[in-house]
Amino acid sequence: MLLKDSARFAFHAINAHRMRSFLTLLGIAVGIAAVILLTSIGEGVHQFVLSEFTQFGTNVIGIAPGKVKTGGQPPSGIPTTARLLTMEDAQSLKQLPQVTAASPMVWGNSEVEGNGRLRRSTIYGVDADFTHVFSAKVQIGSSLPREGEGSSRAFVVLGSKLRNELFGNKNPLGARVRIGGLHFRVIGVMAPKGQFLGIDLDDTAYIPAQRAMELYNREGLTKIHVIYAEGASSTTVAEAVRKRLTLRHGHEDFTITTQEDMLNTLSNILDVLTMAVGALGGISLLVGGVGIVTIMTISVAERTNEVGLLMALGARRSTVLGLFLSESVILAAVGGAFGLLLGAGLAQTLRFALPKLPVHTPWSFAVGAILMSAVIGLLAGVMPARSAARLDPIEALRAE
Amino acid sequence: MADASPSLISLLGIERTFLLGDSKVHALRDVNLQITPGEYIAVMGPSGSGKSTLLNMIGLLDRPDAGTYLLENRDVTTLEPDELAKVRSERIGFIFQSFHLVPRLTAAANIELPLILSGMPAGERSKRVAQALKEYGLNERANHRPNELSGGQRQRVAIARATILRPAVLLADEPTGNLDRATGEEVVRLLEALNAQGMTLIVVTHDQALGARAKRQIRMEDGAVVSDVMNSTGTHP
Repeated sequence: MLLKDSARFAFHAINAHRMRSFLTLLGIAVGIAAVILLTSIGEGVHQFVLSEFTQFGTNVIGIAPGKVKTGGQPPSGIPTTARLLTMEDAQSLKQLPQVTAASPMVWGNSEVEGNGRLRRSTIYGVDADFTHVFSAKVQIGSSLPREGEGSSRAFVVLGSKLRNELFGNKNPLGARVRIGGLHFRVIGVMAPKGQFLGIDLDDTAYIPAQRAMELYNREGLTKIHVIYAEGASSTTVAEAVRKRLTLRHGHEDFTITTQEDMLNTLSNILDVLTMAVGALGGISLLVGGVGIVTIMTISVAERTNEVGLLMALGARRSTVLGLFLSESVILAAVGGAFGLLLGAGLAQTLRFALPKLPVHTPWSFAVGAILMSAVIGLLAGVMPARSAARLDPIEALRAE
Repeated sequence: MADASPSLISLLGIERTFLLGDSKVHALRDVNLQITPGEYIAVMGPSGSGKSTLLNMIGLLDRPDAGTYLLENRDVTTLEPDELAKVRSERIGFIFQSFHLVPRLTAAANIELPLILSGMPAGERSKRVAQALKEYGLNERANHRPNELSGGQRQRVAIARATILRPAVLLADEPTGNLDRATGEEVVRLLEALNAQGMTLIVVTHDQALGARAKRQIRMEDGAVVSDVMNSTGTHP
C-alpha cells in the first residue's frame, strides 16, 4: 500500500468522526499550547534578564577586593581584612594589553543640592573611563577629564533624571551642586540609560573616584571594572589582570568576575527554569497523549469488522498497523499544529496585553513542538494499532 | 469426478479443531476435495457443520491443523502471513452475507480498496474502478455511501470489489442471506454470469433453492463431507 494512500485512508477515518477527532486533537493542542506558552515566557524572561546584564557590554571584567569564592562582593562599608583596591591598581590595569579601559568605582547614596532643590541620588565615584564601563553617552557638556594621579578637580556629570529633577529645562552646565558636604561643578549630562533590575541608572551623579572616597570616608575602591577589546579572550585578559594585581598585592586578595562567566551561569540557570516550566506544560501534553490512546483503542474496537475485511482483501498485518499508526500520528500532528497556533497566538496576545512581561517564541520551539506531537502520536498509536494488526481475521469479520 | 482437468484447489486430509472452553470442536475432519477451474459449487449443511470454516480455509483466512492445501498446485499451508496476504489479494475474492462495506467510504472508494491495498498507482486505479462501476451498473451510485444504497446495490458493490483484481476463486458466504427474493435472484444471476466467464464460484448457503442451481453440491455434517454430487440439472458433461 502506498504511503500517500495510507495517509488518505487514515484521514478519511479521522474525518468520519469529526467531533470526536477534534476533541482528541484538542487535548494535544492544549498540551502543545501550554508548552509553547510557558517556554515562550521562560525564554522571554531569559532574554530579558540577559539583555539587562549585557546592556553594559559583555566584555567587562569586575574586580572586587577580598577573595570571595562564591561570587559577589562584600557589602560596602563592612570592614574586611583584605588589602584595598586603590586608584593606582586601576591606573596600572589600564596599561595591560587588550585592555581598552579600566575604571575605578566607589559608590554611595547622598543628597544632591543644586538650583535650590534637593534630591537623594546614587553617587558613583569613577574616572574618565566610566562611559565605557556603563556603555553610556554624554548628552551635553563633557565627560570627566583625564587627570594625573593624586589630582582630581571637583567636577560632576549628572544623570539625565537627576538633571531634570534639579534643573528642569535650564542649562545645568557650569552650575554648582553640593553633594554631601562637598561642592562640585556640573560639566556634563548623560544621555538617558533606563533601568537595570529596578535601579534607575539616570538618577545618578558621576564624580571623580578620589572625591567619592573622600565623601564616603573610604580608603579603597569598591570595585574596578576592566573593559577589554572585542574579540579578545576573557580568560587571557582575566589571567593578565590576576597576574598584575597579584604582583602588586603580593598575593591574590581580590575576586575577578568576568561578565562572560556570569552570563553563562545566569543563562544556564534560566535555561533550567525554562525547561522546568516547559515540563509543567508537558504534563498536559501527556494527558493529551493518553486521550489519543483512548480514542484509538475505541476506534480499533469499533472497526474490528473493517480490520477483518481489509485482511480478507489482502492487507498485510503491517499495513493494518500502518493505517492505525498514521491515524494517531495525523491526529497528534494536526493537534500539534493547532496548539502551536494557539500557543503562539496566546503569547502574542500576552505581549500586547502585558507589554512588561517579556515573551519570546523561538522558531526551534515551534518545530520541536510539531515533532514532539508527532512522536507522541506514534507512541500513543502503537498499542491500539498493534492490537488491530493482531486481530484474527475470522473473528474480526464475525464481530458486530 | 474431473480427474483429468488440472486442479485449482486440492484439499488433502484437512483437519481443523477449535478449543471452545474445555471441549474440542472438530470443525473439519479429514476433508478431501478437488476443485477444477471454472466450477460452480454449493456447500450446504446445517449450522455448525463446518461450511464457513471450509470457506475460510479455502480463502486462506484460516490454517489447517493437519493436511495439505494446494492452490494452483502450490502448497499454501506453509506460506508466511505476508505471502498469504498477497495470494488472497491476487487470487481470492470474498463476498459476505452482511456485505462488509466500509461505511464512511463511497461505493467507488469501496470498490477501489483492494487496488489501494495492492499498491496500484492512482491513475490505473481510477480506470479500473470506472470500468467496474459501468459493468455492475453502479455509475449513478458511485459517490453514494453504503447507507444510501439498497441491499442489492450494496451486494453489487461488494461483488465488484471482490472481482476487481480478477481472482481465480470467488467465495460467497450466504450472499443472498440479507436480501429479499427478487434482489437475491438478481445477485445470484450476477454471480452465475461471472462463473460463466470462467471464475470458480463457491457458495455457502442454507437455501436449498440456491444450492440446487449449482452444478456441484457438497453436503457437510459435523465437519465432514457427507456427499459430493454433480447436479443432474447441471450441464456438466
